[in-house]
Amino acid sequence: MQALRLSAYTLTSALGAGLASHLDALRRQRGGIVRKRWETVEFDVCVGEVAGLDEVVLRQDLAYYDCRNNRLAQLGVEQDGFIASVEQAVARYGASRVGVFLGSSTSGILSSEVAYRQRDPETGALPPEHRYRETHNAYSVADFVRRFFGLSGPAAVVSTACSSSAKVFGTAQRMIAAGLIDAAIVGGVDTLCLTTIYGFSSLQLVSSNPCRPFDGERDGISVGEGAAFALLERAEQPQDGDILLIGVGESSDAYHMSSPHPEGLGAKAAMAQALQQAGLTPADIDYINLHGTATPSNDAAEGAAVLALFGSATPCSSTKGHTGHTLGAAGGIEALICALALDNGVMPGGVGTQQLDARLQCNYLLTTVERPLRHVLSNSFGFGGSNCSLVFSRVGA
Amino acid sequence: MSTATIYLEGLSLLGPGMSDWAEAVPRLLGQQPFQVDEVRLAAPSILPATERRRAGAAVKLSMAVGLAAVEDADADAAQLPNVFSSTGGDCENCHSLLEVLASSERMVSPTRFHNSVHNAPAGYWGIATKCTEASTSLCAYDATFGAGLLETVTQAHSAGKPCLLIAFDTAYPEPLYAQRPIPYPLGVGMVLSPEHSAVSKAALRLSFSDEPASRMDDAQLEALRQGIPSARSLPLLHLLASGQPGRVVIDYLDDCRLAIEVVE
Repeated sequence: MQALRLSAYTLTSALGAGLASHLDALRRQRGGIVRKRWETVEFDVCVGEVAGLDEVVLRQDLAYYDCRNNRLAQLGVEQDGFIASVEQAVARYGASRVGVFLGSSTSGILSSEVAYRQRDPETGALPPEHRYRETHNAYSVADFVRRFFGLSGPAAVVSTACSSSAKVFGTAQRMIAAGLIDAAIVGGVDTLCLTTIYGFSSLQLVSSNPCRPFDGERDGISVGEGAAFALLERAEQPQDGDILLIGVGESSDAYHMSSPHPEGLGAKAAMAQALQQAGLTPADIDYINLHGTATPSNDAAEGAAVLALFGSATPCSSTKGHTGHTLGAAGGIEALICALALDNGVMPGGVGTQQLDARLQCNYLLTTVERPLRHVLSNSFGFGGSNCSLVFSRVGA
Repeated sequence: MSTATIYLEGLSLLGPGMSDWAEAVPRLLGQQPFQVDEVRLAAPSILPATERRRAGAAVKLSMAVGLAAVEDADADAAQLPNVFSSTGGDCENCHSLLEVLASSERMVSPTRFHNSVHNAPAGYWGIATKCTEASTSLCAYDATFGAGLLETVTQAHSAGKPCLLIAFDTAYPEPLYAQRPIPYPLGVGMVLSPEHSAVSKAALRLSFSDEPASRMDDAQLEALRQGIPSARSLPLLHLLASGQPGRVVIDYLDDCRLAIEVVE
C-alpha cells in the first residue's frame, strides 16, 4: 500500500491530556485505572476515567454538540499543537481536501441514557433540550470535529466496536490513495457510559479489580475512555524520524458475536495481511501492542494467533492495564502509543499483570524496555468478530 | 477529480412499495404508480436458528438486501469484503437498552448488549455467510449512503476485487422517533467491482460536487428520499433503472455532495 505519514498526533486518556503524560506513564509503568462509584452505577467499578471532562466547555459556536464524548474530543484536539497542524494542512490543501474519519462505539449515548431518566411522565417524551443528532448519533463526534476545523471534505464514523478507531486508518488510506483527499484527521473518541459498564458486566467480562492483561489470573476488562487524533498525509519524501503507516490488515471472524475465534484465526489473518501490505515478515516487527483486553478468552485467542505467526520471541504488551479498555477509541489510542513508542524508543511494560499466564507463550514485557524501534504492530479486535492490525515504521531508525 | 471507474455487478432495493429491484424499476421510472406500503421483513433462513430468533428489523433488512445484491451479481457472499452503512443500526434494540438503563432494575440482557454495537448486523452477516473478509460499519447521519458508497468504491479499488455495500435504515420507537423520524425501513445493496466483467451492469464514476442534489419527480418518492438516509440513493437508482448513461447528484454531507456519472 501507499504509505502515509503521521504529520501530527495526540492522545488523551486516564493517563492524562497530551503525549508527555502518556510517555511518562509508559516509561514509569504508571496506570490510570481507579475504583470508584461512577455516575449512577450502583456498584464500585474500576474505570480509566479522563480527568476534568465535567469542566470542559465546548467552543461557543458548537455548544449544541455538548455531551461527554464531544467534550473529550475537544479536550483531545487541544493538546500537542494538533489544531495548528490541522490548520496548516487546510492551508496547504484546502478545507475540502481534508477528510475526517473517527471511530466510536457508543458516541454520546450517555446523553440519551440520562434523557430516558427524565421522560415526561404523561407523554413519555424526552426533555426538549435533548439533542440526539449532535450527541447520541454515532456520527456526532466526526460532525463535531469537522465543524470544529471548518472542513468541507468527506467524513464518517466507523463503529465496529473495539476495532473502530484502528479501521479509520484504512478508510483514510484508501480515500487518499483514490485521490479524493490529500489529508485526513483520523482517530477515535469513546467515553464512559452506562451501556458499556452494565453491558460488559452482564456478560461477566468486567474485572472487579484493575485489569490484568495476559495474567494467569486475569478476569476481565476495566472500561476506560479516551481520545486519539492523528493527521495523515502522503509520505512522498519521507524524512528521518517520520512515523509512517505502512500496513493495514482487516478481517472478520464469522464465528460469534461476543467471543473471538478460539484459535484467533481472524486475528492472525488481520496481522498477516498488515504485514503483507507493509512488505515485512514477522521477524521485522520489533514490538506488538496487543489488543490484550484481559478477558480469559480474548487474551487466549490473541496469544494463540501471535504465537502461530510470530513465534514466542517478539516483545509484546497490552497497554489496557494503563488506560483501561477505551473500546471504540482503543484502536486509535494504541496505534498512537505505537507512534510514541517509535518516536521515543520505548516498549511499554504492562501494568496490572503480575504473573504471566504460562499457557500464553509469548515475550510479554513486564518491564519497560528502552531501545530504538523500527517497525511495530498494533492489534485491535472487536465484538461481531471485527479485526484490524496496523503496522507503523520510523524512517531512518 | 473523479474516482477510477467502478462497475456495478449486483443491485437490490427493499423499501415501502418496493419489495425488490424488479418491482421497483417500473415504479422508479413512473411506468407504474408508486404507492408506499408496509415493508415486510423476514428472518433469513441462512442465519443459524439461535441468531434467527434474535434477529430484529435491522438484521432482517440488511441481510435481505445483501443477499439479493449478491444473488443479482451471481457472486459468493463469503468472498466479498463488505461495508454496512446505517444511521442508527438496530434502533429497536438501542431503545430497549435505554429503557432498561433508565429503570430501577438495570438488568441488561447480554444479548441486547452485544446486539447494541453498530456492527451487529455485519457480525450476523459474517456468521451467516461465513465471510471472513474485511467488514466495516459506518454512520454519517443523513450522509450515511454517500459515506457507504465512497467506502465501498475505495475499498474495491484498494482490494482489487468486488465489494458489497449494504446501506439500510430502520426507525427508533418513541420517544427517540420524535427526534429521528425515519418513516419506513429501507435498504439498498450493491456489488461493486474494480474490473469490467460478464456481469457488469453499469460503469460509474464518482466525484465531489457542490451542485444541488437531483430530486425525484414523484412526490412520494421525493418524500422518501428526504426522510430516509439510505433513500438519498434514489436519484442514482432511478438512473440505473433507466439503463441509460447519465449523471446525477446525490446528497452526501451538507456542503459536499456526490456527482455520479453512469458511463457507456
